[in-house]
Amino acid sequence: MDASVKRESLEAMRVFDLASTPLRELNSALHAIAPGTNDTNFEVVNPRGSHAVAVGIDQPVTVNVRGSVGYYCAGMNDGGTVTVHGSAGPGVAENMMSGTVVIEGDASQYAGATGRGGLLVIKGNAASRCGISMKGIDIVVHGSIGHMSAFMGQSGHLVVLGDAGDALGDSLYEAKLFVRGSVKSLGADCIEKEMRPEHLKKLAELLDRAGVKNVRPEEFKRYGSARKLYNFNIDNADAY
Amino acid sequence: MCGIVGLFLKDSRLEPQLGQLLSDMLITMTDRGPDSAGIAIYGPATDGRAKVTIQSAKPAVDFADLERDLAEAGLPARVAIKSTHAIISVAAARLADVRSVLASIRPDVRVMGSGDSVEIYKEIGLPKDVVARFDARSMSGTHGIGHTRMATESAVTTLGAHPFSTGSDQCLVHNGSLSNHNNLRRELIREGMAFETQNDSEVAAAYLTAEMAKGKNLGEALTTALDDLDGFFTFVVGTKSGFGVVRDPIACKPAVMAETDQYVAFGSEYRALVNLPGIEDARVWEPEPATVYFWDHEKAA
Repeated sequence: MDASVKRESLEAMRVFDLASTPLRELNSALHAIAPGTNDTNFEVVNPRGSHAVAVGIDQPVTVNVRGSVGYYCAGMNDGGTVTVHGSAGPGVAENMMSGTVVIEGDASQYAGATGRGGLLVIKGNAASRCGISMKGIDIVVHGSIGHMSAFMGQSGHLVVLGDAGDALGDSLYEAKLFVRGSVKSLGADCIEKEMRPEHLKKLAELLDRAGVKNVRPEEFKRYGSARKLYNFNIDNADAY
Repeated sequence: MCGIVGLFLKDSRLEPQLGQLLSDMLITMTDRGPDSAGIAIYGPATDGRAKVTIQSAKPAVDFADLERDLAEAGLPARVAIKSTHAIISVAAARLADVRSVLASIRPDVRVMGSGDSVEIYKEIGLPKDVVARFDARSMSGTHGIGHTRMATESAVTTLGAHPFSTGSDQCLVHNGSLSNHNNLRRELIREGMAFETQNDSEVAAAYLTAEMAKGKNLGEALTTALDDLDGFFTFVVGTKSGFGVVRDPIACKPAVMAETDQYVAFGSEYRALVNLPGIEDARVWEPEPATVYFWDHEKAA
């Protein structure tokens, strides 16, 4: 990139310093973007653990957050690309519709909860309840995840390069779970399943999109629903 | 909800700033609970002396001539008044007499806590007001904990505010709610523990006090708490030289910790930690569920 182009791209970038600017100004600016606008490059500095940073994006903007954030960062994201150059508090990318959210550090509990689409990449570890009630989102965690992850997951993919905590996939519907390391325990109705060619292909695609290098899809095991809890059966009463 | 904070210093050069750092951490957590706030600070101990933190709803009446009246009751003491609270300093050997003497000469005064080094200040109101009322920023010390409360289990009163202290130089702050506190309170009363409130968190504090009285250290008492306490909890606990953190196995109450060569810090949220010196390079992590973390100045020394 030559100097003049670089200057131009810097001028196009809008910087919000949350140490001096109210969070609402950032989120209002993100919500005011009209379809087709070129002015779509945002930089957020000094987030200092703020809640609700860059929530409700509905245009293909790029947001770089320089530091750690609190609750619900990038919640409801629909088409944006949000990168947190730090760690994220509870509920990051909650109910994402589409787009990409990347956390360079760790994520707290219920990352990607209820997400309906898009890709959430966590380069560190995720805490408990990662992907709880996921409904189509794809989540790739480079590290490990905590207990009760993918609880009641309905669709989408959860890929974990490290280990999973207790009760993985409890009461799972049709979300597909791929874990490379150990699983402390499986939740009710979650079982290990055969890795078929279509799963290896999907996994390779997700690893590639999440920037994972030197890891082969064959190193993972697949977990999914045994489909025994879909309807109430008195013989399963002990599992509820 | 509730917001809790804790700071355990490893580097004695930070000790003059403990009150300032902990006060700012607590004020940052204000929107997690507006009902009451409190702070416990482990300050410098004086050989052979012990102190008792007391509180009064009528400080102008209760604290007037308190030093003279204590002396007349045969208990030489120094009294330092801070708003609705006062610190009574006595010879360590006379510590056990303070409660009984106060019960006769100042029956309305409440004991917040006692020990060699701990001072506890708590009142209804926002953290910024509580911190200002007691001039907490000026306090120095080795470690401290703080709490801002959103009441769920019992009344919004001064006594229902945290930290709870049920043993010498022990105190606890709690985010969560216990479900077996009534039964446990009955068992602890049978073992001889006394309770000031109907609050669930006081039961947790008394449980740890009772277990440590049986010879456990703080880490061991927190470990058995995981089996014996039912409900939601993130606890931050202080003893004369120790500092502990534990979360229940479900771990839905938030917690973030940071450690550097200078300190160990706890916050309900990362926001509480952002002004600490060197936080950019600290090891920051979320404490694991059902896992006991504790540090001890005496062990480190």
